[in-house]
Amino acid sequence: MADNKGILVVGEVAEGKLLPITAEILGAGRRLADELKEQVTCILIGEKIGDAGKAAVAAGADKVLVADNAQLKAYENGIYMQVMEKAVAEVAPRIILMGQSANGRDLAPRLAFKLGVGAVMDCLELAIDPATKSMHCTRPVYGGNAKAIFTSEGFPQIATVRVKASSPIAPDAGRAGDVIAFAVALDAAKIKAKVLETVKEEVAGIKIEDATVVIAGGRGVGGPEPFQKELAELAKVLKGAVGASRPPCDNKWVPDSIQVGLTGKIIAPELYIAIGISGSSQHMSGCSGAKCIVAINKDPEANIFKEARFGVVGDWKVMVPAFTAKVKELVQ
Amino acid sequence: MNMIVCCKQVLDPEAAPSTFKLDAANNRMVQPPEIKPVVNPYDEQAVEAALRIKDKDKAANKITIISLGNNLARDVVKKPLSMGADELILLEDPAFEGGDSFAVASALAAAIKKVGQFDLIFCGRQESEWDDGQVGSGLAELLGIPSVTIAKKAEVMDGGKVKVERIVADGYQVLEVSTPALITVSNELGEARYATLKGIMAASKKQPVVWKPADIGMDAGKVGAAARKSKIVKLFQPVKEGKCDIVSADSPAEAASLLAQKLRENKVI
Ligand SMILES: Cc1cc2nc3c(=O)[nH]c(=O)nc-3n(C[C@H](O)[C@H](O)[C@H](O)COP(=O)(O)OP(=O)(O)OC[C@H]3O[C@@H](n4cnc5c(N)ncnc54)[C@H](O)[C@@H]3O)c2cc1C
Ligand SMILES: Nc1ncnc2c1ncn2[C@@H]1O[C@H](COP(=O)(O)O)[C@@H](O)[C@H]1O
Repeated sequence: MADNKGILVVGEVAEGKLLPITAEILGAGRRLADELKEQVTCILIGEKIGDAGKAAVAAGADKVLVADNAQLKAYENGIYMQVMEKAVAEVAPRIILMGQSANGRDLAPRLAFKLGVGAVMDCLELAIDPATKSMHCTRPVYGGNAKAIFTSEGFPQIATVRVKASSPIAPDAGRAGDVIAFAVALDAAKIKAKVLETVKEEVAGIKIEDATVVIAGGRGVGGPEPFQKELAELAKVLKGAVGASRPPCDNKWVPDSIQVGLTGKIIAPELYIAIGISGSSQHMSGCSGAKCIVAINKDPEANIFKEARFGVVGDWKVMVPAFTAKVKELVQ
Repeated sequence: MNMIVCCKQVLDPEAAPSTFKLDAANNRMVQPPEIKPVVNPYDEQAVEAALRIKDKDKAANKITIISLGNNLARDVVKKPLSMGADELILLEDPAFEGGDSFAVASALAAAIKKVGQFDLIFCGRQESEWDDGQVGSGLAELLGIPSVTIAKKAEVMDGGKVKVERIVADGYQVLEVSTPALITVSNELGEARYATLKGIMAASKKQPVVWKPADIGMDAGKVGAAARKSKIVKLFQPVKEGKCDIVSADSPAEAASLLAQKLRENKVI
């Protein structure tokens, strides 16, 4: 498939809006396409996609294929694969990019195995090797203890990109691009799994993905109450959100949706205050993009102090209330 | 239900980051010998998912574990047996080393075809070395069966279909899937059970079945590293600058207060 050309970006839409991760991968795709002097095609799959096609053009796509169909309302890989197979056959892209989201994680390997090519997951950086024109993908491995540059054999080359790892281009409503309806005859007989319902578990207040300040607690916080009391209070003073490492989620002290890390949310706030968190590599994978990390931990040897910019060593029970009181005084 | 759970032996992911060292010659990480390998934590939870189904009817359900690797530590790979699984198949050979998800899934698919009878396959959502998260979906594609990934619950319903809760960004999807199917399991499923003493005793008596590439109809020259679809151009350990400004004072409360002041001075708050 040496004739494969261009970048195919698999976009995601929720309630008629392009998700931020899609703008990010469109930015990454745009940069690769410019280097290759090729085109970016974006495919949007779902129901009630609305004006998201135009938004994808503004975010860097030259062409947008819109597969809008009531049967595509909820993601399910069997049915989405039918759309993707047709899209890949028609576009014959050199590169396929997806977000490392619940859907991208699920779809990318299925598609890669179907096409008999490799996929590189959870990439931080994508580059074109000048000699071979092959895509080189940098991704963390061993829980973030190391990084590796991978290249996959055959075309298309498939990669998923970590949330917040690449920057979108400045949206330009004046960019030219075609938005085309993409009809696929869906074969119901091939569908083995059916989505019965989608349950939303929204947390009150600012989402950790959107917050500029995140106050995160770990196992060292000791139970559910401090998350609602001391940590919530500090978050309120700094207009931030409360997050957690995995053990508080596993122990049901807090909802799973506020887990920060490799397998939780990847966030990049201005300020991340880690309280009673040891700083495992898997946890840091989710917050190392923060501008400033502050650690409160009683163990001076904790790994978090290797990652933080500022820290205090001691019991959070004493330190957090004193810290909050002072912060209140300073910011008011 | 005939259930298969794929379990990988991994370096201990919970060990301190400083214990990981690069083995440049083999493009992988290593740990000092005093840190013992473990069953990939998500795979223990995949075993747990299968056991919860088996708990409902011990006689009607069977769990076979498959682990692929080389020089597998018997006490590690037998752990799922001591938790309550029935059989253990090891794909164990030097030729299996150095594979990527494609190589691993291809060998697992061949082994599962040899096992023949299966209704449900469980994998972990990802293993903690390459953190790839591809083998489950890939295996399903190779076997031509549906897959549901990153599940927190899997229940067999009357009629034989399986109801799965799949985690998404702001909640979860509830899916109904026909068997045979593959499910990958996440930690939200809940803690895996401990091995019981009785289980450990029973497991110690069980001999794993060991298959070489030829036993699953594969050419030893075309598995492991030779079967990769992705090549490692470079593996490296990024250097951390690690400049933490530890604020101290006469008392913890004063230190905390001083920290706030320092953050203000540095325009962080
Ligand atoms: C494949 C894989 C994926 C994973 N993904 C994630 C992920 O996405 N997110 C995640 O967080 N983890 C993840 N983990 C788990 C991770 O390896 C660690 O187990 C986890 O991050 C540890 O959480 P912790 O720091 O809260 O707990 P611990 O490591 O137990 O640390 C608790 C800390 O609290 C301190 N402490 C205790 N009491 C006090 C006190 N009174 N005052 C101040 N400090 C105190 C202790 O000194 C200690 O440093 C993953 C693991 C694997 C294998
Ligand atoms: N060597 C192996 N032996 C058995 N199962 C494996 C192996 N490698 C991966 N798996 C299974 O596939 C899942 C995902 O692995 P990966 O795609 O490598 O992250 C793991 O959680 C295991 O269930």
